Amino acid sequence: MTMKKNERDIASESYYQTVIRRFKRHHLAAASLVILVILGGAALFAPLIAPYHPDEIVGTFGGAPCREFWLGTDPIGRDVFSRLLYAMRVSLLVGIMATLISTVIGVILGLLAGYFGGIADMIIMRFTDMVMSFPYILLVLVAAAIFKPGMWSIILILGFVDWPGIARLVRGNVLSLRETNFVKGSIVAGMPLPHILFSEILPNTVAPILIYATSVLALSMLDEAALSFLALGVQPPTASLGNMLNGAQSLTVLTQQPWLWVPPGLLIVILVMAINFIGDALRDALDPNSVKG
Amino acid sequence: MNQDRSVPLVQVENMKKYYSVKGGIVTHTTGFVKAVDGVSFSIQKGETLGLVGESGCGKSTIGRQLVGLEQPTEGKIYFDGNDLSQLKGEKMKKIRTKLQMVFQDPYSSLNPRKHIFEILSAPMLYHGISTKETVEKDIVDILEMVGLGRNVLGRYPHEFSGGQRQRIGIAKALSLKPEFIVCDEPVSALDVSIQAQILNLLKSLQKELDLTLLFVGHGLGAVNYVSDRIAVMYLGKIAEIGEAKEIFAHPVHPYTKALLEAVPVPDPAEKSREHALLSGEIGSSTNPPSGCRFHPRCPYAKESCTTEEPELMKIPAESAHHVACPVVLTDKEGV
Repeated sequence: MTMKKNERDIASESYYQTVIRRFKRHHLAAASLVILVILGGAALFAPLIAPYHPDEIVGTFGGAPCREFWLGTDPIGRDVFSRLLYAMRVSLLVGIMATLISTVIGVILGLLAGYFGGIADMIIMRFTDMVMSFPYILLVLVAAAIFKPGMWSIILILGFVDWPGIARLVRGNVLSLRETNFVKGSIVAGMPLPHILFSEILPNTVAPILIYATSVLALSMLDEAALSFLALGVQPPTASLGNMLNGAQSLTVLTQQPWLWVPPGLLIVILVMAINFIGDALRDALDPNSVKG
Repeated sequence: MNQDRSVPLVQVENMKKYYSVKGGIVTHTTGFVKAVDGVSFSIQKGETLGLVGESGCGKSTIGRQLVGLEQPTEGKIYFDGNDLSQLKGEKMKKIRTKLQMVFQDPYSSLNPRKHIFEILSAPMLYHGISTKETVEKDIVDILEMVGLGRNVLGRYPHEFSGGQRQRIGIAKALSLKPEFIVCDEPVSALDVSIQAQILNLLKSLQKELDLTLLFVGHGLGAVNYVSDRIAVMYLGKIAEIGEAKEIFAHPVHPYTKALLEAVPVPDPAEKSREHALLSGEIGSSTNPPSGCRFHPRCPYAKESCTTEEPELMKIPAESAHHVACPVVLTDKEGV
């Protein structure tokens, strides 16, 4: 009897209730979400939380952590904790904006290629292959040489190299969705093309896009860190997790002043892992074919 | 609106639909699948035409072309006197809503991410058939017509059974106030017990709303039940067309005869009757048999059948009964 009641409950719950219920079962992902919200909040409210201005010289050169400077000071006397908060802000912003740009480009190109097929499909997909086969480090080097390196250049560069995966994913889904009867029904009903693309087809492919976007987010944050570490990304004095690690290139810093590189390194690891765990849980939670209830 | 009953509402002239087959190392067209190869028929207003034939004979292709999902390779479709291929812009939009379709698979004909109100209201609002204020009432009216109530509005397609979904599918077609509906095997995906309900629903709706239907199906029983006239198709061509009663009582074309004999009869006394069941497979539509397409399987085939392509001819004694088989016709005259 109780079993029966449960089954009814599951049958009558909305799609989003199902998703939330399934997501909660992944404890690691739920914990990651909490951590991400805390870190994201700290980044968002950095101006309120940070004890010092991130770019101002406020203490001794390379001072060890103490009560005044929780995570010590860097070689020119700036507060590492304040810089860390602002760095996380920059890194998250770069990751989110780059993901947003690449998702929008990928979704639009994928929709057009998949829906229209034929020559449009061929041109778009060959262009996608071309971008995919291009070594992006090289692209970044060239772009950095032409444009002034900085936060917005890195966002644009990452945004323009990360979309092919999403475009392919969306195209594949659209290819099968456009053959479904509800899309055909919309054509017969004389609905306009934007309605068919964005209201009939897109909602049915949001789940895989979201899952893919989480991995793009994690990847672009790593890429930002790597590029900034190489001094091609976010330029000092603006702090990013990558260019804070830049200091660790010197052996003295690496061995004598761990407070300069351990916190940003750890933060990158935690952020990327949390995002990936969430992506994994979403994959399970959003899967409409899952039989696990 | 053309109210003259003598002018057909839907007229198809010499419709052909070829799909190109690509192949080779350097991709090029190596042949054509002739799904529909020169079909003409007309449907009067308020009439139901049944279209039967084996799988792959092109019957669904005809339906898809009538509602504009595909364009014919050749030939013309007239709706209410308008050539559908010549219509553009606003007029096209207006006429398209008059031709609607009920799909075979009720499980994929409703968007799984939308609730019923959203599914039904979007086209009505877009075409100005209803306004924001009246749309809910209008939808409830239509749902009542198909035997559903207001309580379905906020629910999602996965909450319904196949029969209920097909009712919603019919409601969706009706919501645009169509004059002509293509029913593409609307009951073949449903349980037998539900099939009769849906057929009855279609039949009563047709009477009530003075609809014109093209009923595509492969079950002769279902087609006969709803149709006024029946067209039998074989490999992209019409073999025989006539009043449903006539076709059932006096099938003329050998293929029609075979189809009718394949219908199971729930009568043990009939068990002993001779079954002239067809041998062989339906021919290839890429490379159809020469002459009469049916000749390799036809028990009455003559030498001439392999070379001469038969035309649809009127059976002299009967009013609207046409058949594409000269052999049977001459025999008949000889009798």
